[in-house]
Amino acid sequence: MQHSRLSSMTLAVAAALAMIGCGQKEEPKPEAAPVAAPEAAKPEISVAIGHVAPLTGPQAHLGKDNENAARMAIDALNGQGVEIGGSKVKFTLVAEDDQADPKQGTIVAQKLVDAKVNGVIGHLNSGTTIPASKIYFDAGLPQISPSSTNPKYTQQGFATAFRVMANDVQQGKVLGEYAIKQLAGKTVAIVDDRTAYGQGLADEVEKGVVAAGGKVATREFTNDKATDFAAILTKIKSKKVDVIFYGGMDAQGGPMAKQMKSLGLKAKFLTGDGACTPEFIKLAGEASEGQFCSLPGVPLDQMPGGKAFGDTFNAKYGQIQLYAPYVYDAVMVMAEAMKRANSVEPAKYLPEIGKTDYQGVSAKIQFDDKGDLKGGAISLYQVKDGKWEYRETIGGAPAAPAEEPKKDEAK
Amino acid sequence: MDIFIQQIINGLVLGSIYALVALGYTMVYGIMGLINFAHGEVVMIGAMVALSVVKALAASGLPVFAVILIALAAAALVCMAIGFSVERIAYRPLRRAHKLAPLITAIGISIILQHTAMLVWGRNYHAFPPILPASAHEIFGATITSLQVAIVLIAGLMMAGLMVLINHTRFGRAMRATSENPQIAQLMGVDINKIISATFVIGSALAAVAGLMVSANYSIAHYYMGFMLGLKAFTAAVLGGIGNIAGAVLGGILLGLIEALGAGYIGDLTGGFLGSHYQDIFAFFVLIGVLIFRPSGLIGERVSERA
Repeated sequence: MQHSRLSSMTLAVAAALAMIGCGQKEEPKPEAAPVAAPEAAKPEISVAIGHVAPLTGPQAHLGKDNENAARMAIDALNGQGVEIGGSKVKFTLVAEDDQADPKQGTIVAQKLVDAKVNGVIGHLNSGTTIPASKIYFDAGLPQISPSSTNPKYTQQGFATAFRVMANDVQQGKVLGEYAIKQLAGKTVAIVDDRTAYGQGLADEVEKGVVAAGGKVATREFTNDKATDFAAILTKIKSKKVDVIFYGGMDAQGGPMAKQMKSLGLKAKFLTGDGACTPEFIKLAGEASEGQFCSLPGVPLDQMPGGKAFGDTFNAKYGQIQLYAPYVYDAVMVMAEAMKRANSVEPAKYLPEIGKTDYQGVSAKIQFDDKGDLKGGAISLYQVKDGKWEYRETIGGAPAAPAEEPKKDEAK
Repeated sequence: MDIFIQQIINGLVLGSIYALVALGYTMVYGIMGLINFAHGEVVMIGAMVALSVVKALAASGLPVFAVILIALAAAALVCMAIGFSVERIAYRPLRRAHKLAPLITAIGISIILQHTAMLVWGRNYHAFPPILPASAHEIFGATITSLQVAIVLIAGLMMAGLMVLINHTRFGRAMRATSENPQIAQLMGVDINKIISATFVIGSALAAVAGLMVSANYSIAHYYMGFMLGLKAFTAAVLGGIGNIAGAVLGGILLGLIEALGAGYIGDLTGGFLGSHYQDIFAFFVLIGVLIFRPSGLIGERVSERA
């Protein structure tokens, strides 16, 4: 008797705990709004924008940052009282979690298609964006990724795929050149995390290093959940390289820079956008001092609308992690296309996205015929006194918003 | 040569970390035959609590040693409370159920703990405050920090302590009796509920030590860190022979060495055909090999006298 009472109590506790868990998970998902009914039939139409990023797992901090920016853009749009096709539009955000996992990425992509959202912002990672893009393409659903930089994403010939950040062909070339020329490196070791992003960027950096006359001494690999890099760093130490490049995210880059120092490696550490965050400095501690990273686009305070955006965001959601301005722009680009097409139907406003000429927070946004950002700039940063300090911008012309982006930098 | 010694040290430190976590797995398995998949998450909570305490006390001017001890005590208390309640809530009601049932609740508990930690500590990574001296000692041209020396020593000490506890104390005898046959042990006057609760509490205290060591060594803590760590430690425990205390440490160190040497030399040995991304595959390959020839792991699977 007592036993059964205990187990029913246990069940109740477990159920309560489970509910707490679920309740939390459900929290960032407002109701999926059905696709808009024929316009003008109703005074107010509802537009659901899907957003996908990792909200749990090792990259949850970046994913939540993206989602906050999307939410901010949606609030701004609703505040403006946008009218499309003669009726007032209410935008809602359908936020999904792909755990930075390609499998999960396709599952939530299908979920968004089934929920009949009007468009998708995301995903955060190239590894999830690429497989998901096929699902969106098959459904004719426009997708704008704020942060996927792997070139493959837009090379698949999908008319629905766009991105508002320069791709890794551009970034890799700049990074490779920078390692050899500005950092005066002769030999470079390249490490990546075997994700579509890390691997893709590392491949492009390798090309860039070779093109600039440098030598890649070794390529080493880790994964996006690792914390111990002593073994590969020791191997790199034996190769006596001048520069170590890491293609991956901040959660690995930070500890890697730290372990590099404690193993006595004197090489300079260079990384791409995934580790170009305040989190990197926090995790690497003193070992971050003097290290380098690159980020597509220009620094926030040099972005055309950067300061205002930063102030609003910080007041509402705390410090910007990484991609927030790009997410905000992606939502705005989508809404602008809907306005120009005078329709919220994917098939009708999709052609308008390609014709975008929008002055966003991050840059002036125009797409080439593949859906890549035209004239994307790459900026380089170095840690000084525990802060990323802007060094220089290579390519593009975003500092002067009115200027036409240079065509030759686009590819 | 110094590179080789460095790789051995890397493997030894990594292996000792696996061993610290594996001890908790193997102890619970030894007594109950249950794989406590939530153990990795208890380690994570230990790391989080220790880190929060260290952060709060870092500026207090207390000596570093005292700060670490207070952090450890706080982490151990929280972990012990969690270990105790997890056993009461998730495992005890299912003690007579099919073996798969507690396995499922273990996974459930681990998800609950993970997400609770996410709510409490947020999604961001936490950096361990740099209160420990970062200076490295040189041995034959290889480097090792004081903390890493401490990790290796503590793994050995905890193993020895557990073996004494299980083999040479009255309480240990009751544990062994419970492990052998709970019903008969009960007839002999052993309060098996108390013994099993105590096993979980001790295992969770070990998890707190492991959590502190891991987060201090990598100076990183995150609500998700328990997952991979738990998986690797579980592998280590199986490799050494799950249920066997010495086996957990042996398995952990072996796994660490295989990973370090695999990552360090596999590329050069195969002429670049295989790279360091094969280090895990290499480790699991060894595991499969061991399990084919010694299905119960390197050193038996039973606790103490049954071995």
